[in-house]
Amino acid sequence: MADSHAASALAHQFEDLEQQHEAVSLGMWVFLATEVMFFGGLFAGYAIYRRLYLPGFVEGSHLLNVALGAINTGVLICSSLTMALAVRAAQLGKRNALVTFLILTLALGLAFILTKLTLEWRHDYLEGLAPGLNFTHGGPHAKSVELFFCFYFLMTGVHAVHMMVGVGILLVLVVLAWKGSFGPTRYNAVETAGLYWHFVDIVWIFLFPLLYLIGGRY
Amino acid sequence: MLDHVVAQKTYFLIFGILLALTALTTGVAFIDLGQWNTIVALTIACCKATLVVLFFMHLRWSTRLIRAVVLSALLWLAILIGLTTTDYVSRNWTPIPQPWESSVLQ
Repeated sequence: MADSHAASALAHQFEDLEQQHEAVSLGMWVFLATEVMFFGGLFAGYAIYRRLYLPGFVEGSHLLNVALGAINTGVLICSSLTMALAVRAAQLGKRNALVTFLILTLALGLAFILTKLTLEWRHDYLEGLAPGLNFTHGGPHAKSVELFFCFYFLMTGVHAVHMMVGVGILLVLVVLAWKGSFGPTRYNAVETAGLYWHFVDIVWIFLFPLLYLIGGRY
Repeated sequence: MLDHVVAQKTYFLIFGILLALTALTTGVAFIDLGQWNTIVALTIACCKATLVVLFFMHLRWSTRLIRAVVLSALLWLAILIGLTTTDYVSRNWTPIPQPWESSVLQ
């Protein structure tokens, strides 16, 4: 090993740092592949039921707040940018920049969850759009609308759980980064957390048009 | 350095494109394009996801092994959605068999 720092960054089962880096990334990508299947099942179910009960699904989609959905999409894209910049700061060994970008990502993630929780879910619940808890929406397609909202709460809920896991990971990373645990040869944890965070962003990139937009807003 | 360090400029460029595409997809939803609304929305979403994967997730600079994992994930997703939809689409192509008693009783 060239220097002691590099030596300590290398776990002893690996030949060199490149191999370790590749193994760590590969592990995360394989996990994300299973996540694709997990969300894929929900997306497939949504597509089928939307086709079967189209009028109810369009009606349900129109009851969502498209402005909040769009703003939240923007918030998540911002958080993806700050996460990418955090990984870059870790690669370059810039500790302060790393801590700043991680905290920014964390704050944007929390902003997303809070918007979802207080402005959307709470509102939907009070409007009587929460299946099983408070569903009072009437009309000829009431049952289909209820089904739409089952999908809506399940899909956005599972996504929000992923966001909360991400926030927890970021909290740990902020502490570790603050202690100076990361450097140009040891930033694998930041990078894998980044991969996870971007993946959760991608899920929302598909959820937003599927739930809020494709019924048409005209 | 273990991995390619992407220029800050690139990240901001991708970020700008992603925000522009979000504005575009939201705007298009307010125009009546019939069936095309869904196609446009999903195409834009796929473009955004591709940009995130290639640049933010560094797939553009990663090894062939990791690319193979990503492609296999997409392949399995295509099988999942493809086979499920073909079932629902083709379900009514063949007549539903009637119980044999109904023909005897007539």
